[in-house]
Amino acid sequence: MSAQDEIEQQTISNTPQANAEPIRILDENGNVLPNAEVPDLSDDELLSMYEDIKLAREFDQRAISLQRQGRIATYAPMTGQEGSQVATSYALDDQDWLFPTYREHAAKYVHGVDLASILKPLRGLREGYAVPDDVNVMPEYIPIATQVPQAMGMAWGFKLQGRTDEAVLCHLGDGATSEGDFHEGLNFAGVFDVPAVFVCNNNQWAISVPRERQTASETIAQKARSYGLEGIRVDGLDPLAVYKVTRDAINKAKDPAGDELRPTFIESIQYRYGAHTTADDPSVYREENEAEEWREMDPIDRLGNYLRGEGILDDELEATIDDRIEAHIDEALGEAENAETEPEKMFEHVYDEMPARLQEQMDELNALREKYGDEEFSEVLE
Amino acid sequence: MSSATNPETETKTDRLTLVEAVRDGLYTEMSQDDSVIVLGEDVGKNGGVFRATDGLHEEFGENRVVDTPLAEAGIVGSAIGLAMTGMKPIPEMQFMGFMYPAFDQIVSHAARLRSRSHGQYSVPMVVRAPYGGGIRAPEHHSESKEAFFVHEPGLKVVSPSTPYDAKGLLTASIRDPDPVIFLEPKLIYRAFRDDVPTESYEVPLSDAAIRREGSDISVYTWGAMTQPALIAADNLAEEKGVDVEVVDLRTLSPLDTETIVDSFKKTGRAAIVHEAPKTGGLGAEVASTIQEGALLHQEAPIKRITGFDAPMPLHSLEDYYLPQAVRIQEGILETVDF
Ligand SMILES: Cc1ncc(C[n+]2csc(CCOP(=O)(O)OP(=O)(O)O)c2C)c(N)n1
Ligand SMILES: [Mg+2]
Repeated sequence: MSAQDEIEQQTISNTPQANAEPIRILDENGNVLPNAEVPDLSDDELLSMYEDIKLAREFDQRAISLQRQGRIATYAPMTGQEGSQVATSYALDDQDWLFPTYREHAAKYVHGVDLASILKPLRGLREGYAVPDDVNVMPEYIPIATQVPQAMGMAWGFKLQGRTDEAVLCHLGDGATSEGDFHEGLNFAGVFDVPAVFVCNNNQWAISVPRERQTASETIAQKARSYGLEGIRVDGLDPLAVYKVTRDAINKAKDPAGDELRPTFIESIQYRYGAHTTADDPSVYREENEAEEWREMDPIDRLGNYLRGEGILDDELEATIDDRIEAHIDEALGEAENAETEPEKMFEHVYDEMPARLQEQMDELNALREKYGDEEFSEVLE
Repeated sequence: MSSATNPETETKTDRLTLVEAVRDGLYTEMSQDDSVIVLGEDVGKNGGVFRATDGLHEEFGENRVVDTPLAEAGIVGSAIGLAMTGMKPIPEMQFMGFMYPAFDQIVSHAARLRSRSHGQYSVPMVVRAPYGGGIRAPEHHSESKEAFFVHEPGLKVVSPSTPYDAKGLLTASIRDPDPVIFLEPKLIYRAFRDDVPTESYEVPLSDAAIRREGSDISVYTWGAMTQPALIAADNLAEEKGVDVEVVDLRTLSPLDTETIVDSFKKTGRAAIVHEAPKTGGLGAEVASTIQEGALLHQEAPIKRITGFDAPMPLHSLEDYYLPQAVRIQEGILETVDF
């Protein structure tokens, strides 16, 4: 359960075996481990990955404070997990589809969802779920594990239609591996050999339930074996390692070698530094200092140190990056806070065509609003 | 009036909110009956995401207040098996919107084991779930799908609207030999306090409660919607001199036909208020029950004031979706002036 147990003691191993030690490229100080190979990314790509991880961390802190001020509703923080989120989305090609949960804000952002759209549902605006046509990101999944068979199905559709350059990446939590939908989705993925990559963000907790109470399996990755899938464990606080295993998995999904199966199941080992959501108080069920061990492996420090060591990053550039992040987030917050919706919107898009009965209900509500004014609708209980 | 506002003065009472009364009901019953256990997601160490099982883990230990893996079908399916051994499991579904993985276990098995086994087996289980809107929760956290369960023969469906009833109905549900779906209106989990007896008592699963007596119209409702219904009734009494009777159904299945029909015979007019979408909602069942039992007393069309036939919106629009006092008043006036 501790960072030590899960990550620290192991030596680098690139054997993609479900119970092997997690794959790592950077040590806790950002040095490249012996025998590890840094993925083929340009300096600019590495820098922009670093910037996105930092942006995600800053976004998280701002969102938490907005929630505390009552300006947005319940928010699921991702601090500690943004390195893995960003890296997985960097491993995608634009045409690939992403299936996120309520926590993968950074994964969505990197794959093309703007920050204001991410904030809008937190202000109660469904508009945030509507993404532009060229952004291949599903609206976030809240009912746990329901995305898994759907992601499999989309990948299956690509395969059946001979769309060999498209793949699907599906996120899920450690808790999600207990739901039936998870097992059904993975089993189908194996049987129909579809171009899908499943990433389990094992952040050690499902709200208050620790990973070792979620499953008696030694590792989460080993579950893949029962369905004939390759299961891989990766240090989820090492963005370079996560990028590498995900990119390899996407490549394999699209163009498997020999009799290799297309789907891959990746267990990305992380830690939820903060609360499950802003409505949760982790001090009730876990030790504060547990997070500290993991913070020593923090993805921002590790990647930052690596980039500095390589001479790609210096103080000046870091300051420029920080300013850019600040400005970007300010702008997104402004846009989200000024966004409005209309009561009519809840009657729209229920069907292709609005049924007469629904139209009647909408008219009835509008007549009442007209008669009494919107103030009368401000709170169910006065 | 129901006993909600008149708890026996001699008994020791606590001032509890509805969610505290649920917890107290669990505590009291678990203290008296070792076969009662609680299981679900985050019910143990965390005390439940709404604190409905707060402190029970420390009190009764991890074998009676069980944090399970994240799997609703597993939770309810295993509870059915536990019930077969003579235990009285109380599975918690974290939110009603997350009950669906357990739907098969509930409707295909819990509801039917008695009839399939010709009465040899039963499933004395209480599935608790917070339900309903109004608390600015994320998507899928605000649904009211009681009609799904009311539609299933063999299940009892209960929804308290006061702290007193919450404990009494929960106690009766735990002791009931049949499976009960116990729906807790989370909008009023902490809205007000009641005197709740510390010892155990039952509110029977057979009786609706008259929350306010009146002669002009009967308003049928349950759960959180009793509150805006009572507000609307008070406003109309004051502003328009309309005398509204508010009937809290409390047990949604089986319905208390007698109380429903008797109230209507007195008033001749009815409105039904619920959060769930109008089409296929329980309002239709109440309206038919009235017409079957008291058609010749009817003086106006029966009005349904409900959620719309659209998905529950995200929270910025939920106040437009849920029946408000203003919508309820308007519906009542339309019926009274017909
Ligand atoms: C079917 C279902 N059951 C319960 C919930 C309530 N719930 C929301 S998040 C969560 C824990 C999820 O844990 P995990 O899969 O590890 O993901 P994490 O939140 O840690 O990212 C639970 C129980 C839900 N959303 N859906
Ligand atoms: Mg988790």
